[in-house]
Amino acid sequence: MNSLLGTFWHTLMDILPIVAVIFGFQYGVIRKPIKRLSRVIVGFLMVWIGLSLFLVGLEQALFPMGELMATQLTSVDFLPMLEEGAQRHWRDYFWVYVFAFMIGASTTLAEPSLIAVSIKAGEISGGTINPLMLRIAVSLGMALGITLGAWRIVMGWPLHWFIFAAYLLVILQTLRSPRSIIPLAFDSGGVTTSTITVPIIAALGLGLASSIPGRSPLMDGFGMIALACLFPIISVMGYAQIAQWVTIRHHKKKRQQMPKGDSNAL
Amino acid sequence: MEIVVSLVRQMRESLRDLAPVVLVMAFFQLAVLRQPLPSTLALADLLTGLICVVIGLTLFIKGLEFGLFPVGESLARAFVTKGSLVWLLLFSFALGFGSTIAEPALIAVANQAANVVAEGGLINQTDAARQVFASSLRMVVAVSVGSAVVLGVLRIFKGWPLHLMIISGYVIVLLLTLLVPPEIVGIAYDSGGVTTSTITVPLVTALGVGLASSIKGRSPMLDGFGLIAFASVMPIIFVLLFSLMGLPFLPGVAL
Repeated sequence: MNSLLGTFWHTLMDILPIVAVIFGFQYGVIRKPIKRLSRVIVGFLMVWIGLSLFLVGLEQALFPMGELMATQLTSVDFLPMLEEGAQRHWRDYFWVYVFAFMIGASTTLAEPSLIAVSIKAGEISGGTINPLMLRIAVSLGMALGITLGAWRIVMGWPLHWFIFAAYLLVILQTLRSPRSIIPLAFDSGGVTTSTITVPIIAALGLGLASSIPGRSPLMDGFGMIALACLFPIISVMGYAQIAQWVTIRHHKKKRQQMPKGDSNAL
Repeated sequence: MEIVVSLVRQMRESLRDLAPVVLVMAFFQLAVLRQPLPSTLALADLLTGLICVVIGLTLFIKGLEFGLFPVGESLARAFVTKGSLVWLLLFSFALGFGSTIAEPALIAVANQAANVVAEGGLINQTDAARQVFASSLRMVVAVSVGSAVVLGVLRIFKGWPLHLMIISGYVIVLLLTLLVPPEIVGIAYDSGGVTTSTITVPLVTALGVGLASSIKGRSPMLDGFGLIAFASVMPIIFVLLFSLMGLPFLPGVAL
């Protein structure tokens, strides 16, 4: 009960400054009444109650479950038996990678701020961007980033190699992909790091880093999040590139078929 | 009545959105781990938690459509018709700063960061020094998000190319990373992710899209997005700079 009230209070603290800024500028600077004020107020109340309930539910169900599974998957009892004095091979952590990928993809699909951005993107693109496809693209990127992050912790390779490589890929893709997708792609990197995914990923990183000798939980836990921010950018641009390629091929086919049709007519 | 119908429809979507998480967890629990749940995790608690998540997500998304989205866009349009760039930039700064300074996640990260930095020997091992560090870090991050929104809004007005700005941001981050003490790097990168909270993202998106669709010659797709991208790179740069230039001058902090 106490944590319930605490969550409602924290969320209120999160929303109040924004409400103050919006209403302050609306009435102090713009000096025009808000259209359909009662509806807007109901909306803000729904955001407050909804976000609080969402967080309470996460704390009660998804986070403990995710953390429990992350520690169980990385614990010595679960990993395959080791022969005397043998070193662990990176393949021993097979289920960790599968878990990282699946949990990364599925939690990103349920991320509220990503849903919000994809609704907006679908609206203004006039239907060329399918909100669900966008979310799937971001989820796949997120999943890939997290899986790579887990693998990196196991291998112990320096984070900045991966970051540099990902940056390079982002820059190369930026030059090649359709211009209209670039801002949305860059935004989707920041969107994913808000509510659900981060605590579960952090638990996985922490579990991995503390079960492998020579890894520091502090440095390695954060590395996963840094990678997870970059890969959605790559996957969203990739999605646009593939979509563009498919349309171009489609058009080419049509053009090739046209003269044939003409000759038949003759 | 109309609200109820749309809520029920949204509820179905929320269920669909959450189904994959539940399936993944059930699969791992039943097929891979095959260990009983510990006594601290009752099945009933898990179920009520999941119900809370579904109802919460539903209310949140519908609430955005009723409140935050229309207000954000109509404010953006009003600023454009008013024609005052100064007020708009002030508003942008207040929005970025205000939504970040009180963010609970940032408060938690700042306190944790103070401990890390104290253990790393960058500041004194006293409570006072930790507190000064934590509150200045929060301030730096909040100012950085405010400036990020200002820069993003300026970009929408001027039509500057986003990718060049973001890529130069990356380059600055990389260069600064080489110069700062290693303890601060993790904190700096983390602060970029902390700032983009669940409420800030939709509001800032609505602001950007609203601006881009009411300014002549701007397309919402090309120019409306990108504010979040700034808000996640700028804090990294500011925190790295702060550790280089601000840290030694904090009262009672420098060794």
